[in-house]
Amino acid sequence: MNGVHDMGGMDGFGRVEVEANEPPFHHSWEGRVMAMSRAIGANGGVNIDAQRFSRESLPPPVYLASSYYKKWFLALQQLMIGRGMIGADEVAAGRALRTSPPLQRGTFSLKDVARVTVRGSFHRDVSTSPAFKPGDKVRAKNINPVTHTRLPRYVRGHVGTVERINGSHVFPDSAAHGNAENPQWLYTVVFSGRELWGADADPTLKVSVEAFEPYLDPA
Amino acid sequence: MSAHDHDHDHGSELSEMQLRVRALETILTEKGYVDPAALDAIVETYETKIGPRNGARVVAKAWTDPAFKRALLGDASKAIGTLGHVSRVGDHLIAVENTPQRHNMVVCTLCSCYPWEMLGLPPIWYKAAPYRSRAVKDPRGVLADFGVALPKETEIRVWDSTAETRFLVLPMRPPGTEGWSEEQLADIVTRDSMIGTGLPKVQP
Repeated sequence: MNGVHDMGGMDGFGRVEVEANEPPFHHSWEGRVMAMSRAIGANGGVNIDAQRFSRESLPPPVYLASSYYKKWFLALQQLMIGRGMIGADEVAAGRALRTSPPLQRGTFSLKDVARVTVRGSFHRDVSTSPAFKPGDKVRAKNINPVTHTRLPRYVRGHVGTVERINGSHVFPDSAAHGNAENPQWLYTVVFSGRELWGADADPTLKVSVEAFEPYLDPA
Repeated sequence: MSAHDHDHDHGSELSEMQLRVRALETILTEKGYVDPAALDAIVETYETKIGPRNGARVVAKAWTDPAFKRALLGDASKAIGTLGHVSRVGDHLIAVENTPQRHNMVVCTLCSCYPWEMLGLPPIWYKAAPYRSRAVKDPRGVLADFGVALPKETEIRVWDSTAETRFLVLPMRPPGTEGWSEEQLADIVTRDSMIGTGLPKVQP
């Protein structure tokens, strides 16, 4: 979706402000939100792509004005309500009012913790060969789905060069919406700054994105 | 969590957040989706066990062991897997090397993808709009915000983490560190130097 989350190249947000000796969490609830999101994702509740899409789908003023973990909280709660895993009435009551089917992998418990602190593999075998090889010129497609995509707006329509093939991975555009993992070849595609930003761009700039094969046309 | 529980310092919105988050956790617990003790363990892991020291050890090893450096640049997940003393690392990690000709910088314009196992949780600035918007268009301006100025002919390569691949910048080893131990070297590898928004800091 063409949401406000797709920030690459936007102006007006000001300088980067660095907090010295920043702690992992600024409030204890932030840690709980992070942990709940990881736990529900890990045990088959809602996957990472669906969680990202839920965050992107927050209304733009809410997205821009909310702290990072507040976005995670709002998105997780909304997604679980949308999937029927919890009820809006339960949120209002602050407690469970009925039983629900268990998560696919059961209650997230201590034995599951080690699994979420190491990234899982997103590699999936496919029967096709990659359509592109390093050095190939490719054009990022001009796509504007209202659903989840990981092709940022700032590269759409632009020509870049395939630099690496990173294997075949779960396709977020499908997985975010409860569809099959639909694995696709994943490439690092590099663009010159001038291709993306025009003649005034820094001539020493190169920007790469990680692009799935369905995002690319030969150029 | 008490060490980081300073919600009382802030306004009513945060108290409200505390209540709302507690309500959700209660519901998820009563539904049997999560065990709160397991949530405690996740929080504790990121507060005490996983942080930029992991990445710093990898960088220091690469600076002192050319065979490891080659392996790291070839397949970072696999190479780090051979180091018993560093955190376990998942798949799809890519190490990118700074050279006098090229400086690498990592961003996630769409959300906040970051090599958690190497660097811990991302700092607020990495997740916030100013960095995410400008890194791909004006990286030298962003570097200036960090007090970093590079030669004008150096290529700036920005890696936008738009998929599940993750990037670790291998900074250049500073001059004057010849003969240093891995431990000494790890001490000068800053978090920001492994994101590409800083350089290793040699203490005077």
